[in-house]
Amino acid sequence: MSDALRAETVTITGHNDDEIEAYLARPLDAAPFGGVVVIHHMPGYDAATKEMVRTFAANGYAALCPNLYAREAPGASPDDAAATVRASGGVPDERLVGDVDGAAKYLRALDGANGRIGVIGHCSGGRQTFLAAVSLDIDAAVDCYGAFVVNTPPAEFPLKATSLLHRAADLHCPLLGLFGAEDGFPGPDEVKILDEELTKLGKAHEFHTYDGAGHAFFAVDRPSYRVEAAVDGWQKIFAFYGQHLAA
Amino acid sequence: MCTHHTEKIAIDGSGKGAQGWFGVQHAAVYVDHAVHAQFTHTLNIDFANPDLGPAARVAVELTEESALALADAIHKALDAAPAGLASVNQK
Repeated sequence: MSDALRAETVTITGHNDDEIEAYLARPLDAAPFGGVVVIHHMPGYDAATKEMVRTFAANGYAALCPNLYAREAPGASPDDAAATVRASGGVPDERLVGDVDGAAKYLRALDGANGRIGVIGHCSGGRQTFLAAVSLDIDAAVDCYGAFVVNTPPAEFPLKATSLLHRAADLHCPLLGLFGAEDGFPGPDEVKILDEELTKLGKAHEFHTYDGAGHAFFAVDRPSYRVEAAVDGWQKIFAFYGQHLAA
Repeated sequence: MCTHHTEKIAIDGSGKGAQGWFGVQHAAVYVDHAVHAQFTHTLNIDFANPDLGPAARVAVELTEESALALADAIHKALDAAPAGLASVNQK
């Protein structure tokens, strides 16, 4: 396999049969390949997230990131789109699941696809990854510091988003969780509760918590970046997908 | 943390964004991750006009100290002017 890849904006069919834009990157000579749905973080469908999409393609996976804000802010810059969606109440859980399902179907239909699908998300996308993993037929999920999987959001929280712990029994696939020991959302106590619940239910999962790292330690363009945690985390992601997304 | 808590108020006035001046209809105030400021979290304010689209936005990301100093400075500036001078009902 070479590292040649093709990356471009495409249109996919998301929730409610809506046509939404998405960023696709795929290897040119790695077939058969697994697919990875990348759920962007709350700040939006941005350059850093698209770089992650290309990183998956450079490592032999087709990766697709749907623009979760395409409906409210078509063509807007990522930060303006994120502000617009925040002001309008955020992305409903049902719509998120539909958009991830549409992205997974698109990836499965690509020439060279082996039919296996992973999902990954950071921050709010971590919670949404767990939501997708308990709602859809996927093969491997990676939750990077998703908050509000265990704890209920504060009372003033204006969105419909709720704790997902009660959905743990519906987890359909192995889950890799990557967390920072200094993160408060999710805090180590929440990670421990989720770990224990999944163990009790006999759900395959692998959690790693990095000392010296807080929230968003993968974000290379932010002061929260922690190189040791991020480098090791990427290795764990590729080892995990190598195990579960191979044909 | 990604807080979704947002103080949203209706406002009258104008702001200058990438496309020039436009009337602003509301301001959203919240503490969350910064897009540009080199801090993990900041107090963010979006002055926006949704009728003109997502790009009709003037955004600032301020540290807690800066935001509180700004709020104080707003009060001092208004206190130094005759009451009602900058009101929606101009005197």
